[in-house]
Amino acid sequence: MSNLAINPTTDQRVQSREGYWHHLRYIMAENPLTGISFGLFFGLIAVAIFGPYLVPFDPVATGVGPALQPPGVNHWFGTDHLGRDVFSRVVVATRLDLLISVSAVALSFVFGSIIGCFAGYFGGWTDRISGRLMDTIMAFPLFVLAMGIVAAAGNSIENIVYATAIINLPFYARMARAEVSIRRNAGFVQAARLSGNSELRVLFGHIFPNTLPPMMVQISLNMGWAILNAAGLSFIGLGVQPPMPEWGILVAEGANFIISGEWWLVVFPGLALMLAVFTFNLIGDGLRDLVDPQRRT
Amino acid sequence: MTPPLLDIQRLSVDFATRRGTVRAIDSISLSVAKGETLGIVGESGSGKSVTSYAVMNILDRAGKIAGGKISYGGMSMHKISERDMRDIRGREISMIFQNPRAALNPIRKVGQQIADVLVQHNQATRATARAKAIEMLLAVKIKDAEKRYEAYPFELSGGMCQRVVIAMALACKPQLLIADEPTTGLDVTTQKAVMDLITELTAQFNMSTILITHDLGLAAAYCDRLLVMEKGHVVEQNTSTALFNAPKKAYTKQLLNATPHRDSYVRDLLTPDQRAKALTLPASTEPGAALLSVKSLKKEFGKPGSGNHHIAVRDLSFDIRKGESLGLVGESGCGKSTTSSMIMRLLDTTEGSIEFLGQDIAAIPAKQFARHTLRGKLQMVFQDPTDSLNPRWSAERSIADPLLRLSPDMPNADRQARVLELATLVGLPVELLNRFPHQLSGGQKARVGIARAVAMEPELLILDEPTAALDVSVQAVVLNLLEDLKHRLGMSYLFISHDLNVVRLLCDRIIVMQHGEIVEQGHAHQIMDAPQTDYTRSLLAAIPHPPASDASVAETAALIQDGAS
Repeated sequence: MSNLAINPTTDQRVQSREGYWHHLRYIMAENPLTGISFGLFFGLIAVAIFGPYLVPFDPVATGVGPALQPPGVNHWFGTDHLGRDVFSRVVVATRLDLLISVSAVALSFVFGSIIGCFAGYFGGWTDRISGRLMDTIMAFPLFVLAMGIVAAAGNSIENIVYATAIINLPFYARMARAEVSIRRNAGFVQAARLSGNSELRVLFGHIFPNTLPPMMVQISLNMGWAILNAAGLSFIGLGVQPPMPEWGILVAEGANFIISGEWWLVVFPGLALMLAVFTFNLIGDGLRDLVDPQRRT
Repeated sequence: MTPPLLDIQRLSVDFATRRGTVRAIDSISLSVAKGETLGIVGESGSGKSVTSYAVMNILDRAGKIAGGKISYGGMSMHKISERDMRDIRGREISMIFQNPRAALNPIRKVGQQIADVLVQHNQATRATARAKAIEMLLAVKIKDAEKRYEAYPFELSGGMCQRVVIAMALACKPQLLIADEPTTGLDVTTQKAVMDLITELTAQFNMSTILITHDLGLAAAYCDRLLVMEKGHVVEQNTSTALFNAPKKAYTKQLLNATPHRDSYVRDLLTPDQRAKALTLPASTEPGAALLSVKSLKKEFGKPGSGNHHIAVRDLSFDIRKGESLGLVGESGCGKSTTSSMIMRLLDTTEGSIEFLGQDIAAIPAKQFARHTLRGKLQMVFQDPTDSLNPRWSAERSIADPLLRLSPDMPNADRQARVLELATLVGLPVELLNRFPHQLSGGQKARVGIARAVAMEPELLILDEPTAALDVSVQAVVLNLLEDLKHRLGMSYLFISHDLNVVRLLCDRIIVMQHGEIVEQGHAHQIMDAPQTDYTRSLLAAIPHPPASDASVAETAALIQDGAS
């Protein structure tokens, strides 16, 4: 205790770091679904990082086995029409799909939040202009807009990322605007002004961090959606090009063989896609609880 | 003797929380007779509201009745089915909640909402509901009832909304009315009007009332019998006069003591133990030169001639001298908060000058004042301690914020030492510094807010109803802390409040404001004892007057005689 009185901060830092892990454990234990979703999430991350080094076959090498082999001991998910190993291709595709969706969501989160924060805090013309801009984006069918952007800007992975980020922008901007504008005149914001914080510091140091809990839910739901969007673009032949493994392309290629009965070509990448989206949809509440100080006791 | 209308025997209620089961009320017994008014008084967390929720069977999911009996007119309420309960609520027992605006559906006309209740309980058909609802609006003394029937809640003032809620509660002529803090958040004059109305109507319909409040004075003024609760237990119950004038239990005495009276001093509010530890206040010092001088201050909102144009403050001039405490009193909408925002430089003025330490700060735009050298000298304590702390920051971080921004050159170690010093100064235990606001009690949050405000050693501190959201015993401690700090740090105060009894405890001089103008100003005792204007008189009259004991009546009579002879 005497130590605490002399130098409280170091003690508190250690305490709060321990508290953080404790808090994470508590949140996972409190809601089993959150525990499962965090487990699945870390599983996905592990597959994305280590998958390419662990897969039994080169994902783009043809003829590693007989063509169109059903799932078996050598080829767990079977082989495709060029004799490539479907399991290896599905596993390796994880990294690319996660990379596209994470960077797209990160971009729209950062820019959407900035636009929304300014609109919500300063109001007036900033609000009107950004608001109409967002309305314009939302006026298009979003998938068609993404198609248009990729088609116009060129068929590359970066452009898929930009297109996905642009179509998600309005959701973050609107949410940030709403969350900021309800706190704009809160007591702690007035107090921050009295403490000598400049307007920008009040906005990004005090108000914005308080909008994180609802934003986290938005991010995780959006992640699932961004994966679907990227896969959808690849499915119709935009963005990622064969033979690069990507879930959307795998499904697109496999779709040709459904009629002739080679179901494994479609089912396994489809399941991977579903699992990823499912994970991100589940993880939202857990993430919110994690960043909300009020849940920490 | 007739059996009581409501009889609660050894009732206990448990709440399931993250840290296990918490007993909110522990084996309490009470009864209400027909036509009687019972006041349940207690501070936050005493279980007074939970008791009423248990009676109405509207405890939230985590809560459940753990034992005891509630019987109403011979029925066992805790055994009744939800379907029957729904019939009883509103028709037999009804409730008035704290926030009238939240209790009304914002998108439905108020008249229709009253009509809905009548139709729901088969007291009227769709055809007759309108007429009956208007009758109820007239009963709660709403003028133009025909027209008000069509109004939406947002078009009515807080007091009007509370009248509508009362009309809804009384529409089916229930036997028992439960009023849960019906006047918290309302102005004193509105409070008086609403309470008088409830008393009048319940007497007219011969109803029983349970008034739940934290304000002992209010309860004593309007109730026949009082019941004091603390931490889920009944501490004492007695008739109002007896309890108010001769409390038996220590807790009741402490509560009575902490409630500001017309002639108590700020130290009188403390318990004897606290008083023994408090500083001796220096004899009143002569205030020095003018510190702040406000001249013909004016604030307009909206463009002149447009629909939303209104003048919040018109031609306001006053001085605050060094070491002086000035009280600014008025009802909501009188412009007192606008005035404080302008002086604090959070809001730009329309006209007029604010001279502070010899500089006209009204000339500096509010947006640029954050970097001004005088920023630290002009600070404020906010009304709601919860709302005024960043929920993501620990107490330490909140207190350190002004130091970080306004003296950025201060070394880290010095700043930490200063935060500890400030915490000690305001009596905040050092162990609590790493806690978040939601982990602190109301009084502790108020201390954090005060520590933050005095961090830069301000010359002028604006106190914007700093104790309005606190319990009376906490209010007593915080008011005393503010009084101590004023003398220790040599600050001047501008105390803003609608409660004259609280303002006069700290202030030497009082300004009464109405419609953006000064109605009356003068020394505190002069305003309290010899008000010059009707408005001040009405404010004073609206403060609840508890029943006087025979002894004190005799005492006053003797005083009057002394004065006369």
